[in-house]
Amino acid sequence: MTIDGFVAIYIFMLAAFAGWVIIGRVPAILHTPLMSGSNFVHGIVVIGGLYALLNASTVLEQCIGFVAVLLGAGNAAGGYAVTDRMLAMFQASGHSGAHASAHKGGSHHRKSKPPQKG
Amino acid sequence: MLTMLPSLVIDAVGIAVAFLLMFGLWRMSSPVTAPNGIKVAGVGMAAAVIASFLYLFDVSAAAKPHLPINIGLALVALAIGGGLSWWGGRKVAMTAMPQMVALYNGMGGGAAGAIAAMELFGSRAHGITQLGVTLLGALIGAVSLSGSLIAWAKLQGVLKKPLRIKGQQIINAVVMLFTLVAGLYIIFIEQNGSVPILPMQGLIWLFFGCAMLFGILMTLPIGGADMPVVISIYNAFTGLAVGLEGFVLQTPALMIAGMLVGAAGILLTLLMAKAMNRSVSNVLFTNFGDVAKQKQGAIKGSLKPTAAGDAGIAMRYASSVIVVPGYGLAAAQGQQKLYEFVKLLIAAGVKVRFAVHPVAGRIPGQMDVLLAEAGVPYDLIFQLEDINEDFSNTDIVLVIGANDVVNPSARTDKTSPIFGMPILNADKAKQVYVVKRGEGKGYAGIVNPLFYADNCNMVYGDAQAVMAMMIEAVRGLGLSAAA
Repeated sequence: MTIDGFVAIYIFMLAAFAGWVIIGRVPAILHTPLMSGSNFVHGIVVIGGLYALLNASTVLEQCIGFVAVLLGAGNAAGGYAVTDRMLAMFQASGHSGAHASAHKGGSHHRKSKPPQKG
Repeated sequence: MLTMLPSLVIDAVGIAVAFLLMFGLWRMSSPVTAPNGIKVAGVGMAAAVIASFLYLFDVSAAAKPHLPINIGLALVALAIGGGLSWWGGRKVAMTAMPQMVALYNGMGGGAAGAIAAMELFGSRAHGITQLGVTLLGALIGAVSLSGSLIAWAKLQGVLKKPLRIKGQQIINAVVMLFTLVAGLYIIFIEQNGSVPILPMQGLIWLFFGCAMLFGILMTLPIGGADMPVVISIYNAFTGLAVGLEGFVLQTPALMIAGMLVGAAGILLTLLMAKAMNRSVSNVLFTNFGDVAKQKQGAIKGSLKPTAAGDAGIAMRYASSVIVVPGYGLAAAQGQQKLYEFVKLLIAAGVKVRFAVHPVAGRIPGQMDVLLAEAGVPYDLIFQLEDINEDFSNTDIVLVIGANDVVNPSARTDKTSPIFGMPILNADKAKQVYVVKRGEGKGYAGIVNPLFYADNCNMVYGDAQAVMAMMIEAVRGLGLSAAA
């Protein structure tokens, strides 16, 4: 498959529009996870890194390709880890109340388990 | 043909991952569906990474002999990069989230830059379009890498002060010019096949060096208060760089995901700049510290300190309370104690809500995450536009660790640097208590007339200690229904 200039512009235009619409729907309360989540999404660059590294034919290319995959994998894995962790903390009322208020002092960190409720 | 199969699988997975990433972000429209959304996107990403090993059936003839080593390198890079980052992401404190996001973002930009570098060193990009897009992606990626690292260093406290020198903008312009000239020269040589004044490799290094230097110089003068906008811009940059390199590699999944983030990042940046009452160009090309130092008009009234216990008891007997948390609360690690106090109030029948300003915390939404971490249910957390009308019929507002976001000068004082910034109307409540470490000023260094108003009392002390005293006082009433 070859994507020439104009097809590329169509793809870019539609993707940009989709991004604008999708992100416009996200409530302000989730803006930090949104930032790290969109950060995770551009971690897809790791795939490009893998393609480049597998096609490397000189030592220099192997070095740069290695860096590309290293950084790309870091971007994807890290972005996922923090987003998932943050989103798991958002819970609705009545989920934790009784347990935590009975907890004297309350200074113990409750382990934040992802909410099971839909 | 059997050789068609791997590329067919890669294409199919590419379509799937593009869909799943978009769907994942789509699910972020509510805290209920968001956790599941990111998991779906994660599955897509993992599948895409595994599928991209199928590229090994399709490598160029020159790379064939190196394939075993390359595969080994890829596995090691995935394990180290992914592993370290994963571990860091699991460990990092929620207060340190902004710099972590900056770091991951820089990594993405670096990866995009590295891909472009390989295309250039291997002379794989041909034609003006391909070369131009490669170089543009390389430029944006490199700026995003070095700029994000500086942003990280600032937020982490490694770099303490914004560095400003005379003629900075001219120096920046010169470096940018150098980068562009190097880039254009590379295109010129590749097109005409003429002999360059520098070896091609040197030219490419020069190009990347200048681009990264530009990222550093551009970020150094920007003050800490503006870092959120900067991180968001670099997030958009990395997205654009990834999208452009996706075109060079002819990988639609990269193009879609990259451009999606690019557009999203620009939208977020604009939203954020609006909430901070700053224009984006203002953030990038002027210095925040310079505007804040202006003289203040005379302020009527006086600061009226009160005891934490008294304030706590007053809230216990109020019928409605709105809590306005700011970054000072997180700095004192007082969220847990605050929520414990709020639960006492709720148990006693007080209607308590949290009002969060868009720029409370260091990146938008960080305060929401910090409250959620302390166990505050998201349905108690309200955003500015949803709660601002309600302040005027609220008995008590508890401002804790926040300052500029409740400064009424933003509404009234045209000479104030924050004039026009949307603020929480805390001053309109019947009674306001402000928990503050001391008499100092806020992040922007502006006097806050709210603190001097008749309906406002100050509670001085560390947020955590103050909350502990309030809890004790309310418990001491012996009426607590929470026991």
